Amino acid sequence: MADREINPRVVVVGAGPAGVRAAQTLLAAGIRPVVIDEAARAGGQIYRRQPANFRRNHQALYGTEAARAQAVHDGFDAIASAVDYRPDTLVWNIADGQVWTASEKGYATVAYDALILCTGATDRLMPVNGWHYAGTYSLGAAQVALKAQACAIGANVLFMGSGPLLYLVASQYVKAGAKVAAVLDTSPFSNRLRAAVDLIAQPAILADGVALTRALAKAGVPVLTGVTPLEITGDTDGGVNGARVRLADGTERHFAADAVALGYHLRPETQLADLARCDFAFDAKTRQWLPRRDPDGRASVAGVYLAGDGARILGARSAEVSGRLAALAALADLGRPVDPLTLTHLRRQVASYARFARGLATAFPWPHEQAANLPDEAIVCRCEAVTAGDLRRVVNETGAKEANRAKAFSRVGMGRCQGRYCGHAGAEVIAACANIPVEQVGRLRGQAPVKPLPVAIAPEGEE
Amino acid sequence: MTQGRFVRLAEQGRAPLTLYVDGQPVTAMEGDTLMVAMLATGRVLRTSEFGDGKRAGFCLMAACQDCWVWTEDGGRLRACSTPASAGLRISTNQPGASWPTAK
Amino acid sequence: MANPVSVSDVLIIGGGLMGASAALFLRQRGRSVTLLESDLVGRQASGTNFGNVRRQGRPLHQLPLANRALAIWRRANELLSADVEYLQSGHIRVCYRERPENIAKMEEYAAEARHVGLDLELLTGNALRDRFPFFGPDVLAGSYSAMDGHANPRLTAPAFARAAQRAGAQVFENTRIIHAAKQGTDFVVTAEDGRTFQAPVLLITAGAWGNKLSQQFGEPVPITPRGPNMSVTEPVPYAIAPAVGVMTPVEEETVYFRQVARGNIILGGSTRGPSYPDQYRAYVLPQNTMKQLKQIRRLAPALANLNIIRVWSGIEGYLPDSLPVMGPSATTSGLFYAFGFSGSGFQIGPGVGETMAELIDTGTTSIDLSHYDIARFQKVES
Repeated sequence: MADREINPRVVVVGAGPAGVRAAQTLLAAGIRPVVIDEAARAGGQIYRRQPANFRRNHQALYGTEAARAQAVHDGFDAIASAVDYRPDTLVWNIADGQVWTASEKGYATVAYDALILCTGATDRLMPVNGWHYAGTYSLGAAQVALKAQACAIGANVLFMGSGPLLYLVASQYVKAGAKVAAVLDTSPFSNRLRAAVDLIAQPAILADGVALTRALAKAGVPVLTGVTPLEITGDTDGGVNGARVRLADGTERHFAADAVALGYHLRPETQLADLARCDFAFDAKTRQWLPRRDPDGRASVAGVYLAGDGARILGARSAEVSGRLAALAALADLGRPVDPLTLTHLRRQVASYARFARGLATAFPWPHEQAANLPDEAIVCRCEAVTAGDLRRVVNETGAKEANRAKAFSRVGMGRCQGRYCGHAGAEVIAACANIPVEQVGRLRGQAPVKPLPVAIAPEGEE
Repeated sequence: MTQGRFVRLAEQGRAPLTLYVDGQPVTAMEGDTLMVAMLATGRVLRTSEFGDGKRAGFCLMAACQDCWVWTEDGGRLRACSTPASAGLRISTNQPGASWPTAK
Repeated sequence: MANPVSVSDVLIIGGGLMGASAALFLRQRGRSVTLLESDLVGRQASGTNFGNVRRQGRPLHQLPLANRALAIWRRANELLSADVEYLQSGHIRVCYRERPENIAKMEEYAAEARHVGLDLELLTGNALRDRFPFFGPDVLAGSYSAMDGHANPRLTAPAFARAAQRAGAQVFENTRIIHAAKQGTDFVVTAEDGRTFQAPVLLITAGAWGNKLSQQFGEPVPITPRGPNMSVTEPVPYAIAPAVGVMTPVEEETVYFRQVARGNIILGGSTRGPSYPDQYRAYVLPQNTMKQLKQIRRLAPALANLNIIRVWSGIEGYLPDSLPVMGPSATTSGLFYAFGFSGSGFQIGPGVGETMAELIDTGTTSIDLSHYDIARFQKVES
């Protein structure tokens, strides 16, 4: 395969921090990669850019991360014309060494010798009764509204859930002049103390996090930990009017709000790894299935590499490192020289971020026990309006305990989002109902298309 | 109540544009997504197909697919990832069962 | 050898629609039954097909079996105490302008089918578009069967298996049979994990895996695994009652669609994909999805406004003449087969189960099985 070695075809999917650093690394080694990104502008979700006619500067948009965001943006702008850059383009399937793309222009295929998936993450959600009312958004959505559109999701926003993003977005809202009703964290404060041993791996990030909490307190925003969400209140026409929760001391309280930002840290977007037929393994710490990979990002399928939060939720800083590492692994496998010292150095950095991420998982655990306590009328699958009671009935009456089986019978995960927002919680509902470990429930198999695909789609260049 | 769901906090000096939601003109700004254009003045994007009420989007990053709206001529648009453009005509209600006759 | 896990009147290998319905009807005839499924009931061909409850278009000799099945479909919800989403909402077969010769074929088929209990109404393209305005201008004519319809394949075979279980059948899932033989008067079959099951009658309903078992009795069949090419759209207001399909000699043009009551439109057909029985996987090839969408736009242009949200496939077994193996073994008494339904077993499935139960219980059936004899594949060698 001389051509593969002289002129290898490398495809990078995603132009967030991991994808940008991977593309730069490839270009520096003399390879012109194809960079395919769903967004109109590079940066990914975390460093998502506002439209060209907006005026806010990086400091206003990204705060403590302004310099990093700027470096990723500038880094990509500098290579955008040197790589084969395809913005506004979805990779919707992978087969036989080709990715299949879809855009306004139609569909096309791109063959690859190496495929680097930098597909990023979306919010991890635990349902709460009433979360289908208009005005409940994911935490990430609250942040996107502000960063990309200079909007708050409501006039009085309640932040509920857990994870570092909860505090980050709430403080960004305060800073931008939005009204924040409260920050309600499901994790007990004591978890943070237990997590300190790992969180100290990244003292600067830890310090930023502590500062966010202080800023919220200073702004007079109630910040409560150990909270249990009971329901989002409102109605089917008017939408959200608040949330009822149980506080750490056992008392119930209602917080009025016209919008709720809800999220429990993140989950990787692994559909393409799945369609590329990569193996997955259950991660007990975060209770999710993740594609297997070696320390440099090699997946179980030869020629497929995984980087950034699309593989493991290690954060944007780690994504830059793992993007470089995955590109170097691809280069090494294509027979290019790679400096072993660089590899060692990068691996060490990723290991440190992984330790920090472990600390975050301890500090802000996925509250899986909430699934067992969801009332039967609570919607689990927002796309198909399937309730916890529907799912439990399927488990009890048909004996379906495997994720795909329960999906086939109940429709949980069968809707437009393909289980992105109900898959994890659905598995927990099944596990609790059947009284089995959640790993035994398995995971929803990825099915193309990764996002909805128009029936009208035709080959690029054809009407 | 006509107050919008979303609250604009900055970037308000952009050029205006007009689109139509349920037949009513809506003033938005260049650079708005369709979702922001609709929710800066309105409260909802669509009605759930399964009787659980109105929806106003959820993830804003083209992942949850909860913000697909109908155009008056039977087209489908994902509001969070579609730029607002002048003259768009959107309906927040599902079309009737006559949709297959739409050209 | 360890004691068998079960000793029953009948052993059934293969928990698809054929095996699960045969188990139920055998129980109704008082036979003790053990149903063995290598994975989960109804997960492959039975669960991933289009869901057509369609008689028209089947070979005329198959219509009595299809009519028998229809009678079961019509009482399926009561029979199974489960909703399998059966809708007797009609089925339309259409042909395209560029193949006008198909009109004569439709007329001939309709004339003959009438004598076998299938009433078809022939409509010109314009008459069709008046009643079903979603058809595109390429549609020349159609044949409408009011008594056909569709159902949910994901739910059907499991519902039959649960009903069989409630009626007393033993159902073993995740039980992969690697060896089957007749020892004296009984069949003894052995699972991968060493468990054995025993009965004087063995029914093999193992779909694409059927040949692995039939060859152990000296009756290999040339079965090819393939997979249906399926897609589903987002939900839209319910507007399309009948299931719709194209009559054409060109595989790529052979598409079909139906709308479920919740609103999603299921698209099927065009080129079938590969499937891998040994790995229990079937893949939808993206190029096949693209071909399917192109053909769907031609058949019903209004669907072009919609999005597909998911594709899937499953493992189906095809025989060279597209007809199943169904009936007694030619080599071994007490052995029966019903597999290889070649992508068109869903509608007749419950009828197959009832017919096999009748055949096993009484030694005969009024349904003509001569076209499905397994011996047809042995003739060349002898």
